[in-house]
Amino acid sequence: MHVLRLIFKNSFRHKLRTFLTVLGVSIAILAFGLLRTVIDAWYAGVEASSANRLVTRNAISLIFPLPLSYKEKIRQIEGVKSVSYGTWFGGIYIDEKHFFANYAMEPEHYLAIYPEIIIPPDQRTAFYRDRKSAAVGRKLADRYGWKIGDTVTLRGTIFPGNWEFVIRGIYQGRDQNVDETAFFFHWEYLNETMKKTAPGRADQVGWYMVEIKNPNLAADVSVRIDRMFKNSLAETLTETEKAFNLSFISMTEAIILVIQLVSYVIILIIMAVVANTMAMTARERIGEYAVFKTLGFGGFHVAGLIFGESLFITMFGASIGILLTFPVAKIFAQQLSTYFPIFNVDPETIYLDIAAACLVGLSAACFPTWRALRIRIADGLRRIG
Amino acid sequence: MTGKPVIVEIINLYKSYRRGSQILPVLTDISLDIAEGEFIALMGPSGSGKTTLLNLIAGIDKADSGVIRVGGVEITALSENELALWRASNVGFIFQFYNLIPVLTAFENVELPLLITGLSKRERRAHAEMALSVVNLTDRIDHYPGELSGGQQQRVAIARAIVTDPGILVADEPTGDLDRVTAIEVLQLMERLVHELGKTIIMVTHDPRAAQMAHTITHLDKGVLNARPQTDL
Repeated sequence: MHVLRLIFKNSFRHKLRTFLTVLGVSIAILAFGLLRTVIDAWYAGVEASSANRLVTRNAISLIFPLPLSYKEKIRQIEGVKSVSYGTWFGGIYIDEKHFFANYAMEPEHYLAIYPEIIIPPDQRTAFYRDRKSAAVGRKLADRYGWKIGDTVTLRGTIFPGNWEFVIRGIYQGRDQNVDETAFFFHWEYLNETMKKTAPGRADQVGWYMVEIKNPNLAADVSVRIDRMFKNSLAETLTETEKAFNLSFISMTEAIILVIQLVSYVIILIIMAVVANTMAMTARERIGEYAVFKTLGFGGFHVAGLIFGESLFITMFGASIGILLTFPVAKIFAQQLSTYFPIFNVDPETIYLDIAAACLVGLSAACFPTWRALRIRIADGLRRIG
Repeated sequence: MTGKPVIVEIINLYKSYRRGSQILPVLTDISLDIAEGEFIALMGPSGSGKTTLLNLIAGIDKADSGVIRVGGVEITALSENELALWRASNVGFIFQFYNLIPVLTAFENVELPLLITGLSKRERRAHAEMALSVVNLTDRIDHYPGELSGGQQQRVAIARAIVTDPGILVADEPTGDLDRVTAIEVLQLMERLVHELGKTIIMVTHDPRAAQMAHTITHLDKGVLNARPQTDL
């Protein structure tokens, strides 16, 4: 007989109680894992940021455009490798419920600056050639069943009218954290139309993407760009892509904080549940622990039995919770792709799950162990009978 | 006394319990010698202190003052950890309600005290099987306590008590939960342990018939000893 076997057998002495505790731990770990994944999804854009990309936007606000003429001036600044630009289009497909990000962009440099966006060469060429074409993410294409050559109409909100696009490219992310739900089309197409319908809005871009030669130059180049357009009609604010993305998240910081708090509260609740189970278990077995001590087993052994059982139950529940996290996250990703284009369970989330389970298991065993060790053998033996 | 060496020597032992601000004396100036190989019964009314005396001799409780020497070791001077180690190799316990671990088989229950010895798995197996054969339960080796009768469970408990080959067995009402026939079987088994294996048994009992099996009956009343030798070895 091995002590581990005794711990295993002890864990299943009250099958219903163990089952309910394991179930509780599984659900808690699943909920904790999913909430952590939601937070990760929130920060996915930040994680995908590159250190050698800067974003230049209007210093007043992102909703104010910048002149197209800035492009060449930015390109000539020392340390700048490449410049592209884009504009938030905000078009609606079918109705508002079918949301996805859609941008007008200058394709060649844009895709060069974003090497993580992978488009097959023939599709890339076709996309470059056709000004009315669009490149869409694989997940977006899958969601609506779009294929190469399909025509998609977006209803403009910022830029009025119905805009028709032919899908020429379907891109995939090189990495897991690349958003595959975006819709790109030619800025030229937008600009030409603006020239005809609203000339005052032509030759304007929403932001510049600036690729720099060396990430260490980010601060210098940012200062130089902003200094160049100081006191102009459209002053600029240049920041790293990461800072730019974080500025969006800061708007929703309170929500993230609440989600984080809820995730920790879940752990506290399950800690109380497991502690209750272990307290009941230890109270019932005080007599047995007294027998163990009588036979010469020390406090270390008794503590090992209680901690072992507590850890076994929590780790068992946590394992089920962790295993369930992946398929449930997949379902979440499908159902919430509109809000969370990237919804992947990060390895760090699993480590946190394991750490939380260990913390729960160890904490829950502390009080029962203290009680079991504190009781005198003679008093413990009196509890039997 | 029988002329045999003394294995348990108790000198001026005092023990009291505290209940709130009140101090209740349980044992008062107890002095007692128990010879090696003796089968002694401790009798007395409830609350007379017999179980307390048994616990003190077995090293599972601490005296207020006085000395207890068992096999030459002054156990009243040992720390908790030292006492635990001492108990593991020197004392076997037989309880009224058997106190077997319900999720372990008869074999595993008997093997339990050996887990804290340095014995190998094979040696532990040999010892446990030997102890179970002494109590004539080799055919129930894989049975759980719930699958055994009261008498069989007590025999498993006796096997667990002797598996480490201790010199002393302490038994607290070992027949208290058994019917008459089974109680006699258990007592006969205990007598065999004294005669064939040379164990010293100290038994607390209320049952005069059980006490008849002992060589010496010692009465306790309100914490004071009154020894009446019954038979000589």
